[in-house]
This record gives sequence, structure tokens and C-alpha cells, in this order.
Amino acid sequence: MFSSLLTFVAPQRLVHLSPTDLFIIAFYFVLVLGIGFYLKRFATTGEDFFLAGREMTAWVAGLAFVSANLGSLELLGWAGSAYQYGILATHWYWIGAIPAMVFLGLVMMPFYYISKTHSVPGYLQMRYGPEASGLSAITFAIMTILMSGVNMYAMAVVMQVVLGWNINFSLWVSSLTVGVYVAAGGLFSAIFNEVLQFFLIWFGALLIPILGLVETHGWKGMVARIHQNFPGQDFTHMWGPMRSVNDNPMGIHWVAIVFGLAMVQSMGYWTTDFLVVQRVLSAKDIRSAKMAPIIGSFFKMAVPLIVILPGLLGRAVLPMHLVDASKATAGQFTYNQVLPLMLARYCGPGLLGLGITALIAGFMAGMAGNVSAFATVWTYDLYRPFLRKNAPDKHYVSMGRWCTVIGLFVSIGTAYLVMGFASIMDYVQALFGFFIAPLFGTVILGMMWKRVTRWAGFLGLLAGTTSSVTMFFLMKHSEYWVGVFALNPQAKGLAQDMFQALWSCVTCVVVTLLVTLVTKPRPDAELKGLVYSLTDLAHEQHASVFHRPLFWGVLAMVILVVLQIIFW
Amino acid sequence: MSEKHHIIQVWFFVGILLLVYGVVIFANGVAEWSNPPDTVLASLHAPVWWGALLAVLGSLFCFLFRPAKKT
Repeated sequence: MFSSLLTFVAPQRLVHLSPTDLFIIAFYFVLVLGIGFYLKRFATTGEDFFLAGREMTAWVAGLAFVSANLGSLELLGWAGSAYQYGILATHWYWIGAIPAMVFLGLVMMPFYYISKTHSVPGYLQMRYGPEASGLSAITFAIMTILMSGVNMYAMAVVMQVVLGWNINFSLWVSSLTVGVYVAAGGLFSAIFNEVLQFFLIWFGALLIPILGLVETHGWKGMVARIHQNFPGQDFTHMWGPMRSVNDNPMGIHWVAIVFGLAMVQSMGYWTTDFLVVQRVLSAKDIRSAKMAPIIGSFFKMAVPLIVILPGLLGRAVLPMHLVDASKATAGQFTYNQVLPLMLARYCGPGLLGLGITALIAGFMAGMAGNVSAFATVWTYDLYRPFLRKNAPDKHYVSMGRWCTVIGLFVSIGTAYLVMGFASIMDYVQALFGFFIAPLFGTVILGMMWKRVTRWAGFLGLLAGTTSSVTMFFLMKHSEYWVGVFALNPQAKGLAQDMFQALWSCVTCVVVTLLVTLVTKPRPDAELKGLVYSLTDLAHEQHASVFHRPLFWGVLAMVILVVLQIIFW
Repeated sequence: MSEKHHIIQVWFFVGILLLVYGVVIFANGVAEWSNPPDTVLASLHAPVWWGALLAVLGSLFCFLFRPAKKT
């Protein structure tokens, strides 16, 4: 999806900025740099720099957690998907996120937090040993830094097309700004910026659905206009059109959404992708750590308002029909341009600057998240265990700062590489997906079953990852394999991803179980605080109902079910 | 959040951001009241009420989370 996001075929820049808009953008840069310098004095120890001192409240950690996944690529890409596929895209925000976030808060967070790990590979090191941890850390570090480069390049291209800015200018100014404030304040800076970004994105984008619904005279008016503009197609129901793969524009079956997306891919992403989990690890106590993802889940449920609804409104009100990037000719607009087009439709000077600043903030927060996660995993999971074990804490902080700078330059190099070979981007995006689904199998088995052994964890993860890579290339190679793995030769990319995630996780689990049966388990004493049956989890019978994460988690799930029924 | 380090809370910075943006957008909306930009529904003067909303929220955040005086 993301590579097509960058294939803009616009006849001219989409919007023109006024001096007011430029002031709004400039003020954002000044503010984040100022905050970075202010926070530098507080990031002195390893725990400060890499885990923001473990003193964030549930609200701050929760907003940073959900913001880490609310970057501009997501906004532009999913608004485009909403235009292309209709309300089906909402599955990635609801069933493809909320159960996993609640599960992270209620079930998995206690283990991450009690074990005092600083990262997901760090947990694997304690639970399994250096093999599984090393594999996970190396793949995560490489992918994170490549993703950061892709993010930078994406921002530069979007700024060029939307605003007419020079690519090199956008790339270097934003990268150096991110580098300065993350190297100064570490995770403190990254989290502060993510919270600012959260507010910017909401206030920058919320006017689009409000004014859009005013223009269409409400939801019913919007649906009527869509039916009028695109007769015979269903863009406004979530589950009904998935009875058959031929009844919906995505070519997807509900089995892929329930088992591939909800039970594997989203569980893998939200519970084991260290970039998002790191935000929750910064919480000040275990209750805050459990509450943070649950608070995040409520905001996540609301995100379709500013992402999916503008895409649907685009179908209803835009005078032109947007097309797929691969089929666009000069003068045509693509699906992924729907959000900037809607922004330009309703927002004049000032509001336009706010919307553009929200996009820039989203890109920069994405870079900062990647770079800070990379610095943590490199320093704590690769450098410390494998290169220099017993250095003073200050040395690791210094290493983290240098890593941030070096990581940033590697990212810039990646951005220029992608600029030269656009097809690389597809592979970078795909590579990231290779590791997440099997990693979930490894982590959850390790947490729930004490019998799982060191080599079972490593070999299961390796087998799951290898199977994921193999399936990806086979499906790229021939439609026959798409039919085999995705159960439908016509399945689109998103549907293929779901099944790839499902089968790679199944492979990981099966191999882990088989190897466990023939290898010797670790003694119970070594697994205390790491495995469900050997951990004393704090109970909250003395807390009032409203202070219990369980109450809010159940409430989030109830609201989720109600939303599914409303938009069935 | 600031128990250990006495860091100014992030909400205060959010307040500054919203307040400055609110004032600028509101002022811009008022300035173009009689000559609104060429956008759809410009007659609703969205910058005026949206700017006012941001400024009010920003002021509230700045006030509630203002840095405590050092004792």
C-alpha cells in the first residue's frame, strides 16, 4: 500500500500555503526542538534515556502508545483505503486492534512489567536465552532503521507533491530536527512529541468529517450520495459484504479478518512490536502499564472518524473519481490523495497549516519512534549482551545517543536508496511483516506454558519467519500460490498479508510444540516472573470497579461489539 | 509523570501549542470574515469557531498544568 502512496500523479501541487500556515509549521519545529533541549537534563541514566524514567502516567503512556501507530503514512494510506474499499478498512482499527490492545493490557503487560525488561527481545533473553533474543533483536533493529528511512522518504515525497517543497530540504530538515531532539531527551522526547502529535492530528483532521457531514446532511445523506455516485457497490457495511470474496472490493473473506487479522496479525503487532510496547513499558507502575493500552484502545476506536470517514466522504462529495496509483494518468488523482484533497476542500489559510503540520508531526513522530526503539534494542539487546557486558550505565546512555545519530544517518541513506529503487520499499514493508506474526507465537507460548524450552523458542521463531518469507515470495511469483495460501487466487495484497500472518504463526506454534516435546525444560526457579503459572500477579480486589483495568477492558470490548452490530 | 524528575508536564506543552494555534487561526478567521477563502462551506467561518475552541482548550491546559513554583 505504501509504495503506491508515493506514486502521486498530480498535475500541480495540491495546496498553496499562506504566511499564516508557514508560521504554524515553523512554530511546531521551534516547540519540539525547545522541548528536546529542555528534556536533555533529565535523560541522564539508562532508564531515563531508554524508558523515560519509567514514570509516565497511564494517560501519557496510553496516548503515546496509540500515537506510535497514528503516523501520517497510516493516515494517508488508510483514508485512501477507505475510499478504495469503503468501510471495510475500519476492520484494521476495530477488530484488528482493540482485542489485541485489551489483551496486551490485561494479560501480557504484567509479564513485561514484572520481569523489568526494557524491550521485547529483552523478555525473550530472560525467557528463552540469547538465540531467540538475538534473532528477534537483529531483525527488529534492521527493520526499524529501514522503516525509519522509508518514513523519511515518504514524508519528503508527500511534502513535494502536496506543497511543492524540495525533497532534499524536507528530508534533511525533518531528520535533523528528529535527531536533535531524540538524541537530547531519548524516549522522553519521543513520547512528548507523540502526545503533541496526537492532539495535532485530531485537531488538524477532525474538521474534515465535521464539515463533510454538514455538506452531505449527515451519515444517511453521505450513504445516499455514495450510492448515487457508485451504483451497485456496497461501501458502507463491514461484515455483510464479506460472506463471499466476490461481494466486496477487497476480495477478502471474513475468515481472513477474524483469524488472520484479529487473532494473529494484530495480536502480533500490538503485543510484540517493541516500538509500541516500549511506550507502555515507560509507565510508572503496573496498574498504569495495564491501563495504558486500554486507554489507547478507546482512542483507537475513535480514529476512523478522522481517517475512514474522510475517505468515505471523498466518495460522496469529490467531483472527480480517484484511481489506483498504478493506473493513474497525468491529471488524475489517486486514492491516497483523498485526505489532502478533502483538507484543501474545506480548509483555508490557518486551518490548512494546522492540517499540514499534523501530517509533518505524524511523519516526524514516526521517525522518532523508530530511532528511539532502534537505539534501545541495539544498546540493550545487541551491544550489551554480545559486545560489552559490564560497562557503566553512563556508557550505555552515551551509546544510545550515538546510536540515535548513526541510526538517523543510516535512515537518511535508506531514504536515498528507496528514492533510487522504489521497488525496495515494497520489500522493506513486507520484511517488517515477516517477523511480527511468528514472534507473537513465540512470546505468548513462552508466557503461558512453562514447559516450552530454549531451543523450541528459537527454532519455532526461525521456522515461522522462514515460512513467512517463503510464502511472500511464492505468492509474488504466481497466482497459483495465492490460491493455495490465501484460499482465493484473486485475493488482494491485504488479504494475502492476513493469511501469510496466520500460516506463519501456525508454523511457529507447531514447530515450537514439537521441539518442546523432545528437549529438556528449564527449572521452575529460573522462570519465576516470566511464566503465567510461576508468577504472582497482583490482584485488585481492593480497588474500586472504576480503578480496575478489567472493567475498562470489558467496556472497550462491549463498545467494539456494539459498533460491529451498528455497521454490520 | 514528574514525580522523580519534576519535569513540566507534557499537557502544559500541549496547552501552549493549542493556545498559539488557536489565537493565530481565530485571528486569521476574523481577518478574512468579509472575504472568506475559496473553500467549500466557507460561509460557516470554521477558522473562527475552531480557532476559538483551540484557544480555550489551550488556555485550560496551560492553566491546569502550569509549572509549579519551586519551593
